[in-house]
Amino acid sequence: MNSFVDAIDFIFSERPSPAGGTQVGGLGEIWELMWPHLQLAGVSMAIACAISIPLGLWLGHIGKGGFLAINASNVGRAVPTLALIAFFVVFIGVGFWNLTLALVLLAIPPILTNAYTGVRQVNRDTVDSARGMGMTGAQIVRRVELPLALPLMFGGIRISAVNVIATATIAPLAGVTTLGDPIINVNTYGDEGRLAAAIVVALLAVATELVLGAVQRAVTPRGLKLEGGGRWRRLAFAMPNDRREAPT
Amino acid sequence: MSPLLAQVEIRDRSQDTCVSDNGLCPGWIADNFDRYVDPFFQHVLLTVVAVAIGFVIASTLAVIAYRRRWLINPVTQVTGVLYTIPSVAAFFLLLPITGRGFLTATVALVSYVLLIIFRNVLTGLDNVPEETKDAGRGMGLTDRQLLWRVELPLALPEIMAGLRIAVTTTVGLATLAFFAGAGGLGEQIFADINFKSNVVVAGGLAVLLAAVLDAVILLTQRAITPWTRAVAAR
Repeated sequence: MNSFVDAIDFIFSERPSPAGGTQVGGLGEIWELMWPHLQLAGVSMAIACAISIPLGLWLGHIGKGGFLAINASNVGRAVPTLALIAFFVVFIGVGFWNLTLALVLLAIPPILTNAYTGVRQVNRDTVDSARGMGMTGAQIVRRVELPLALPLMFGGIRISAVNVIATATIAPLAGVTTLGDPIINVNTYGDEGRLAAAIVVALLAVATELVLGAVQRAVTPRGLKLEGGGRWRRLAFAMPNDRREAPT
Repeated sequence: MSPLLAQVEIRDRSQDTCVSDNGLCPGWIADNFDRYVDPFFQHVLLTVVAVAIGFVIASTLAVIAYRRRWLINPVTQVTGVLYTIPSVAAFFLLLPITGRGFLTATVALVSYVLLIIFRNVLTGLDNVPEETKDAGRGMGLTDRQLLWRVELPLALPEIMAGLRIAVTTTVGLATLAFFAGAGGLGEQIFADINFKSNVVVAGGLAVLLAAVLDAVILLTQRAITPWTRAVAAR
């Protein structure tokens, strides 16, 4: 337990580096490491959302490309993040934008799959009645399918965001300094610095999950909350292609 | 750090032009393939042990929570927090408690499996049609018989889907288990992260392992749930 006390002390107060020369630790340093961490994760998530949300909504709306949208997740899960980063390091190069590209690739599959599934699970009768009211395709997407798909889509964004925050921890391997720096360069920061970084990364990931969870609840249409009783939350992990259809 | 770096031995790299140019070298791969064998099996062991332990814990919890609904929320929240903690952080958070090695890696990997399997087993059980359960009760099955002969078999598609997600996720996370001193293919990737041949072989083996284990579970599922295909064919 003593190591945890030392680690928490590292977060709040400076001390000389075990390697000598510089001062390490303290809130100032933690912030200096956390800010690039958040930048990297934020930029990657923004690009990933900009690509996969429109694509998922469109594929879901026309009802095609389900194989691509669903299997993107399965393939994405099978590629270890360390292998993905290592592929980028050797074939494309190190640095902020190369790493961003790797994280975008990591973030796309869950968002794409959930946006697609979110639209597909909208009751077909609802879409038909919208069409019967004279809505155009674009109106149906914007006013019916998007709101009803939002909870599931946000589930995908949550999964991706937590993943990206976690993976940004190994960014120093690709030459980008983040909260993973004390973990990978333990000689500079010492054991307490490494544990301190682990604590901060864990808190950051849990905070991201909680904030996005609150946003997800806020964007859920009231009608769905009344009808579902939490059903949509469980869907986040189900594989849609393996689900049984209710006997008709 | 030093025990990790001590294992970076680059054999004859200077004499081979392909290797010194940092290319993809079939010759080097063939000569050095044996160095990937042990990490590969460490990786298999880590994955299988973690998923097996996680499966036993999570499915037991799910079966209990299926009857006692109030348990669903607390279990989901606790396993949700465990699932959220990044694996690299989890390994170092566990180090002061369980020390370096296989145990730390396994505890961390098990904690990731829990949420996935718990949710899927519960979803599977919840999706069993009420009429089917009534029919079972009408035939005089006790609650226990109903669970083993009706509910769990009918929940198998979701349970196996959860197992597939758990296995592929764990193969990926186990590449980071070397941070906990448990070896695995990640150790090889990390050992020479700037050498193309090494990264392609070690990373490729990890992807291949995930694909093979996924296929094994899928085939098992097909074999033990023949009725799902009969329905689909109709």
